[in-house]
Amino acid sequence: MKLHEQSLASLKAGLEQGDFSSRQLTQHFLERIRSLDPRLNSFITVTADAALAAADAADAARARGEAGPLCGLPLAHKDIFCTRGVRTSCGSRMLDNFTSPYDATVVARMAAAGAVMLGKTNMDEFAMGSSNETSYYGPVRNPWDQDRVPGGSSGGSAAAVAAGLAPAATGTDTGGSIRQPAALNGITGLKPTYGRVSRLGMVAFASSLDQAGPMARSAADCALLLEAMAGHDPGDSTSVDRPVDDCQTGLDRSLEGLTVGLPEEFFPQNLDPRIAEVTREAVRELEKQGARVVDISLPTMKYSVPAYYVIAPAEASSNLARFDGVRYGYRCEHPENLTDLYERSRSGGFGDEVQRRILVGTWALSHGYYDAYYLRAQRVRRLIRDDFARAFEKVDVIMGPTTPETAFPLGAKSGDPVNMYMADVFTIAVNLAGLPALSMPAGQLDGLPAGVQVIGNYFDEARILNVAHRYQQATDWHRRSPDTGGEA
Amino acid sequence: MALDRETVAQVAQLARLRLDETESAAVTDRLNEILGMVDELQQAEVADVEPMAHPLELAQPLRADEVTESDRRDDVMGLAPAEEGGCYLVPRVVE
Repeated sequence: MKLHEQSLASLKAGLEQGDFSSRQLTQHFLERIRSLDPRLNSFITVTADAALAAADAADAARARGEAGPLCGLPLAHKDIFCTRGVRTSCGSRMLDNFTSPYDATVVARMAAAGAVMLGKTNMDEFAMGSSNETSYYGPVRNPWDQDRVPGGSSGGSAAAVAAGLAPAATGTDTGGSIRQPAALNGITGLKPTYGRVSRLGMVAFASSLDQAGPMARSAADCALLLEAMAGHDPGDSTSVDRPVDDCQTGLDRSLEGLTVGLPEEFFPQNLDPRIAEVTREAVRELEKQGARVVDISLPTMKYSVPAYYVIAPAEASSNLARFDGVRYGYRCEHPENLTDLYERSRSGGFGDEVQRRILVGTWALSHGYYDAYYLRAQRVRRLIRDDFARAFEKVDVIMGPTTPETAFPLGAKSGDPVNMYMADVFTIAVNLAGLPALSMPAGQLDGLPAGVQVIGNYFDEARILNVAHRYQQATDWHRRSPDTGGEA
Repeated sequence: MALDRETVAQVAQLARLRLDETESAAVTDRLNEILGMVDELQQAEVADVEPMAHPLELAQPLRADEVTESDRRDDVMGLAPAEEGGCYLVPRVVE
C-alpha cells in the first residue's frame, strides 16, 4: 500500500521494522504537499527544512533506542497552535506577521513524543466558520471534489489527511470544527471532553467551548494521538487534573451489551433520508456485534444553535479584545490617535465573519441585553447538558449524523451566515455540554463522504474510540481515499 | 429584536471596530438575520434554571507564589509593530 494511504499504526510499524526511515517518510509527504497543495491550499506554512531536521533527529533517537510513541511520524498542526519560531496566523491577516515566541502545550507534547511537524494547516479565520472560506489565505478545496468546501474550521487539517499530504493532523473544535470537516473529507476526528487537552498556546476563540483533538485515518490512530496530546497542564487553569485513560488497549473490546441511544432530534423531518440511512446502517453494524439500540430524546437540543451563537460570540468578543495593534499583530498605517489606531487596526486585521461575531458578542454582553440574551443562553446551556446527563443514565453512547449534508459547493453559503451556521446543527450541543464526540466516515453519497457521530459521557474517550474502532474493523469506509492523481 | 444602523454603530464603537458607511447597511442586515435566529431562545422555559458558564464544575486552581517564567522580554517586544527603548509606541494620548 502507498505510504500516504497507510494508517499511523502501520507507518509506525514500518519505522520500527526499518522498512523506511523517518527522513524518507517525511520526504514523501513533503513531495506530496509540493505537488498537490498548490491546488488544495490545505497548508498556510510548510516547514520543510525543520521537518527534515526533526526526522533526522527522530531516526537518530530510534537508533539510540529512545523512540517515543510518535517517533518519526509526520503530522500537521492547525495554524491555531502556537509554534515557536514559526508563523502562527490563525487564518487571519491580524496574525499574518506573528511568529510565536513559544510552543503550544499540544505542539510541545507531540514533539516530545517524537512527532515531525510538516507545517501549519489552513483554517477559517480564528476558527470561525464551517467551510474554510473565511481564511485570509483563501479557501481550502475538498480533495473529493475540488469545487466543494472541506468544511471548517479545521478544513485544512481534514483535507490534508484525506488527500494523503499528512498521515494525521491536529484540529480544534468549538462548535464542530473537528467533526464537521472530518465528516466532509471521509476521515476520523475526535473532540475530547472539555479540559482533557491543554488550551495553552491555542489561540482562544470561545474559552468555555474550545477543545483540541486529533484528526486521522482511523479511530486507532486517533487513540494513539490522543494519548500523546492529552493530560493535565498547570499552564491552563481549565485543564483537568486526572490521568489520561489508556485508549489503545481497549480498542478491540467486544460491543456485546453496549447500549446505543438514537435521539429523535438527530433525525428531523427535513433531513435528507440518505443521511439518516447512513447512520442507521452504521448502527445496524454495531447491533450485529451485540449492541442494543434505544430511542431517546434530547428535547432542548433544538436551542443549541441559538444558544451557541450568543455564548461563542460573547466569549470571542472578549478574547479578541487583545488584538489592539499595539503589542503584536496587524497595525494600521499612520494612526491619528489611539482610538483610530484601535479601530482601523482591528477592522483592517479582522475579516467580515470575525467582525460580525465580535459585534454580536459585544451586543449580547451590553447593558440591557445581557440578561435577555447572554444569561438566557447560559440557562439554556444547562438544560442541554441536563438532557445529555439524563440520556447517559440509560445509554453508553449516543449516535447520529455528524452533518445534515455532504460537502457543499464553494460559495454556496458564504453570503448567508445563518445558513452556514446550520452546518453545525448536529455538533454544537456536544460543545455546550462539554462532552467527547467522534466523527467517522460511514458512507458516501454521490461520491462524497458522509460521517456518523459517536458521543460519549464525560472522559469516556476510550469507549467511543472502541466503538468506532470495532465499526472500522468491520467496514472499509475509512480506508477510501480520493483520487489525487496517478503519482507514487 | 431588530437592530437599527445607529445601534450597530454604537456597538461597533464599543468593540473598537470601524464600519464605513457603505458597509453599515449590509452589516446591519446580516446581524439582524443572526439575531432573528438567536431569538428562538426566548421560547425556552428557563425559569429557576441556574446559568451555566462552564461545562465542568471546576474550582480555580491555586499554586505556590513562585516565579515560574523566565525573562522573555526581548522575544516579546520583538513582536511589537512599533517599539522604542523597551516601550510600546502609540499615538500621543496625553497633551
